[in-house]
Amino acid sequence: MSLDKDTVKQIAYLARIRVSDDKLAPLAGELSSILDWIEQLQELDTDGVEPMASVSDVTLPQRKDAVTDGNCQAAVLRNAPDPEDGFFTVPKVVE
Amino acid sequence: MTKLNDMDIATARDGLNKGDFSAAELAEAYIQAMQAGRDLNAYITETPEVALERARESDERRAKGDHLGAMEGIPIAMKDLFCTEGVLTTAGSHILDGFTPAYESTVSANLRSAGAVMLGKANLDEFAMGSANITSYYGPVKNPWGLKVGKDLVPGGSSGGSAAAVSGGLAMAATGTDTGGSIRQPASFCGIVGLKPTYGRCSRWGVVAFASSLDQAGPMTQTVRDAAIMLGAMAGFDPKDSTSAPIETPDFEAAITGDVKGKTIGIPKEYRMDGMDPEIQAMWDQGIEWLKAAGCNVKDVSLPHTKYALPTYYIVAPAEASANLARYDGVRYGLRVPGDSLDDMYMNTRGEGFGDEVQRRILIGTYALSSGYYDAYYIKAQKVRTLISNDFKTAFEDVDAILTPTAPSAAFGIGENQDDPVAMYLNDVFTVPTSLAGLPGISVPTGLSSGGLPLGLQLIGRAFGEGELLNIASALETAAAFNHKPGQEG
Amino acid sequence: MGYVIKGETCDWEVVIGLEVHCQVISKAKLFSGAATDFGAEANTQVSLVDAAMPGMLPVINEECVRQAIKTGLGLKAQINTKSVFARKNYFYADLPQGYQISQADQPIVGAGTIILDMPDGSSRSVGIERLHLEQDAGKSLHDQDPKRTFIDLNRTGVALMEIVSDPDMRSPEEVGAYLRKLRSIVRYLGTCDGNMDQGSMRCDVNVSVRPVGSSELRTRAETKNVNSVRFAMQAIEYEATRQVEIYDNGGEVVQETRLFDAQTGTTRSMRSKEHAHDYRYFPDPDLLPLVFDQALIDEIQATLPELPDERKDRYINEFGLSPYDAGVLVADKDTAAYFEAVVAMGEGGRDPKMAANWVINNIFAVLSDKSVGINDCPISAENLGKLLGLIADDTISTKIAKEVFEIMIETGDDPEKIVEDKGLKQITDTGAIEAAVDAAIAAGTAQVEQYRGGNEKILGWFVGQVMKATQGKANPGQVNKLLKEKLDG
Repeated sequence: MSLDKDTVKQIAYLARIRVSDDKLAPLAGELSSILDWIEQLQELDTDGVEPMASVSDVTLPQRKDAVTDGNCQAAVLRNAPDPEDGFFTVPKVVE
Repeated sequence: MTKLNDMDIATARDGLNKGDFSAAELAEAYIQAMQAGRDLNAYITETPEVALERARESDERRAKGDHLGAMEGIPIAMKDLFCTEGVLTTAGSHILDGFTPAYESTVSANLRSAGAVMLGKANLDEFAMGSANITSYYGPVKNPWGLKVGKDLVPGGSSGGSAAAVSGGLAMAATGTDTGGSIRQPASFCGIVGLKPTYGRCSRWGVVAFASSLDQAGPMTQTVRDAAIMLGAMAGFDPKDSTSAPIETPDFEAAITGDVKGKTIGIPKEYRMDGMDPEIQAMWDQGIEWLKAAGCNVKDVSLPHTKYALPTYYIVAPAEASANLARYDGVRYGLRVPGDSLDDMYMNTRGEGFGDEVQRRILIGTYALSSGYYDAYYIKAQKVRTLISNDFKTAFEDVDAILTPTAPSAAFGIGENQDDPVAMYLNDVFTVPTSLAGLPGISVPTGLSSGGLPLGLQLIGRAFGEGELLNIASALETAAAFNHKPGQEG
Repeated sequence: MGYVIKGETCDWEVVIGLEVHCQVISKAKLFSGAATDFGAEANTQVSLVDAAMPGMLPVINEECVRQAIKTGLGLKAQINTKSVFARKNYFYADLPQGYQISQADQPIVGAGTIILDMPDGSSRSVGIERLHLEQDAGKSLHDQDPKRTFIDLNRTGVALMEIVSDPDMRSPEEVGAYLRKLRSIVRYLGTCDGNMDQGSMRCDVNVSVRPVGSSELRTRAETKNVNSVRFAMQAIEYEATRQVEIYDNGGEVVQETRLFDAQTGTTRSMRSKEHAHDYRYFPDPDLLPLVFDQALIDEIQATLPELPDERKDRYINEFGLSPYDAGVLVADKDTAAYFEAVVAMGEGGRDPKMAANWVINNIFAVLSDKSVGINDCPISAENLGKLLGLIADDTISTKIAKEVFEIMIETGDDPEKIVEDKGLKQITDTGAIEAAVDAAIAAGTAQVEQYRGGNEKILGWFVGQVMKATQGKANPGQVNKLLKEKLDG
């Protein structure tokens, strides 16, 4: 499966990773070769096979409804790059 | 070099119990070794004060007659993927610059409760993505065996720092994580033991996530017995991890009886690959003979979908990683590269903060999940995963363990194998299927290549059958009598 | 004739589907143990899991599962004993994980029904496509700083039930009825408090139009986060008109997300929509499939209270109320409780129709006037019941009762006490009434002539005179009877 530069640019945007223009072509080449190699999966007939839900046969454990967490504003904000007044801040978003 | 940093866990435990030396002395010896061994770049963060404090606490407990843990006073390296309270945790990445967790991962907390002494945070491939520990923001790790052959060699990855530390005498043991082989393969390259437990045996809470359905914490040690001791201290049900297995932790050490008579060992014919290095084949054949001599039955088994395991892994793991790594966005912790808008900030931060391999895998994963490709890639891979898992289930109806090589080669030079990402991925060919099936796998060092570098063999066990697996591994270890060391610096 | 927009070449009808997000009533969040209370100081109800710190993992809250099942049962829907959580991947500052844990093709609840009570008393049913559980996002404050947006994660991870309707609605009125009924159901069940203005119930409106008589489904536009029934209805009116205009001008409606502007009553396109979202849903590998058995469903079913539709039917059948009145009373469960408490007063109870009238016509006016809810009504149900009892046994007339009612609004007093204190008991003593009637007739010779001349309405003048003489306390029925007897001769 061959990816062109534009597709790589789109995927990079979906993943919010800036890839400089000069890196787009080589990256497209690398990704294409990985995808080509992965392509061999198409040889396999998987009709009627269930996708693996989980490695174990267990089902989802549930916890009791109780407030056991939170109330740790300091810990939550401890590593924040630009905290203000108990809030995280980011460049202004216009909707 | 004092002999204090030349002991394994079982021996040190004995010595501490007899009062031959203290935990503080042990820690001191390893701290010196760690500092003297900086050339290997096995550690990202050294924590000598933490180590000495915990060692002192351990000695106090012993003096007071308090309950002693399974890892009491044992100096270990902690892979820098485990969040450690108050100690920088980087995942080998620029994007976690300055990140100091206010919490401790369950596994590292378990080890601490068991009395272990943390020497420092071990280097690793960035976000655990790699097989050579060359993608770390903090620089590559050197395999201690390189000294012996006069060349910079990779230690394997992603737990390369952990493997190098144990192999080079900079830690008595280390924690690793294994997603596609990241404990077993570096163990093989560095001549030590590495165990990936059954998925769900150890908690993933507080371990920086790479691929959620594959990641497992495990011990990297000098001996099989040490791995059993350390796994016992690491493992256990954790209600904070929904994928944690709600089962008791058995006494793994007690399961090592040395008696494997009548056990059946499966040899998967599909692992005999075209163009396989003859030395690897020879090592494998030797392993078969050893186990036969120990009283095992050996038979051929078939794991028909083996060849599809790597491509399956390289869809599933990147897909999960692409979502797991979305939280590294410069908003709440770690690196933030400013931008004019929120999107700009995201793009700049992640573009600069993630290394090339991580970016490649995120992009592959994003693509595999994207509209129009989800069925062809992700769903397809998950179906093949079911087939691979079923292969093992069928095989284990007839055998008690499966024996394979751990890696397709011995350690290679730093700088080799780097042009083509796919070439690097092929390092995991023997380890990935086990991960996809969630089964336990252990690498035992069994011999040297003609170039004098360690080779390992892998044993794969039944789900939650680590006890039996360790026992068979111990028999292999005894037969191999691998007493080689990487040698001195100089 | 349904709701139509007159276009240039034909009439158009509107096709509407709603996605309503209901915050689940629970102490803790869906996948974390942090609290869910409204209005806490920023980032104080945030756990490390909510903040998406490295290595954090979700664990599901059993109460949220129960609340979803309960709501599904209230919607007469299919409950799926196995469902799967999926990651919905996108980037936004109030979404710390970079994905929302939601459900995709295997939701916890499947198809169901809601019955709409229309203002004209008719009912029609609308299909529910599904209900699923998902995490709420945090809050972005854009007005705190000129260059920065402030992020509060308190709401991140609170459990939401997303309820998706079939595109069965055809008018703003139907949408209003749908939202009111849904709100009523979840409040009866106690699974969501339905507070649209506090944001615990939010509505996304999907609107498309088509020529009347056509059965095609054209491109729809989604208007997000409409936070009142009135706004939802306004948004639909605006959208329908906007879309018809586009088609009339030869254009095509774009599939997009829009925002409602409450100031202008219009919708506008969201700026960031040049790149379509590809959410890349996949099953969350940190969570196993959610599985429970029929026994749990049965257990929850047994705890369901009487729901609005059932209660409405009971009011119609047992109490003889009109569908409209019954509908009005059951819409809010506290109001229904109040009404039934009134009916239950005294031996043998009160006349339900009378009680219904007083509640709907009189009590509602008081509540509106004082801007309070039924639970803060100045007149208790017991006291209203007593008042109706006083009317029923002829102690006071309806007219006097209304005066007493006014006093009760201000004082909250027991009506029996008020009547006693103010001496308002109706005069039923025939002798006393007859005296007043005779006096009125004697004083109104001109009026007597008019009456006997054929003007029956002048009877009212006599009644007025008698009432004045008796301070309004004469029993009107007896007054009328006596007057007629004496005037007719």
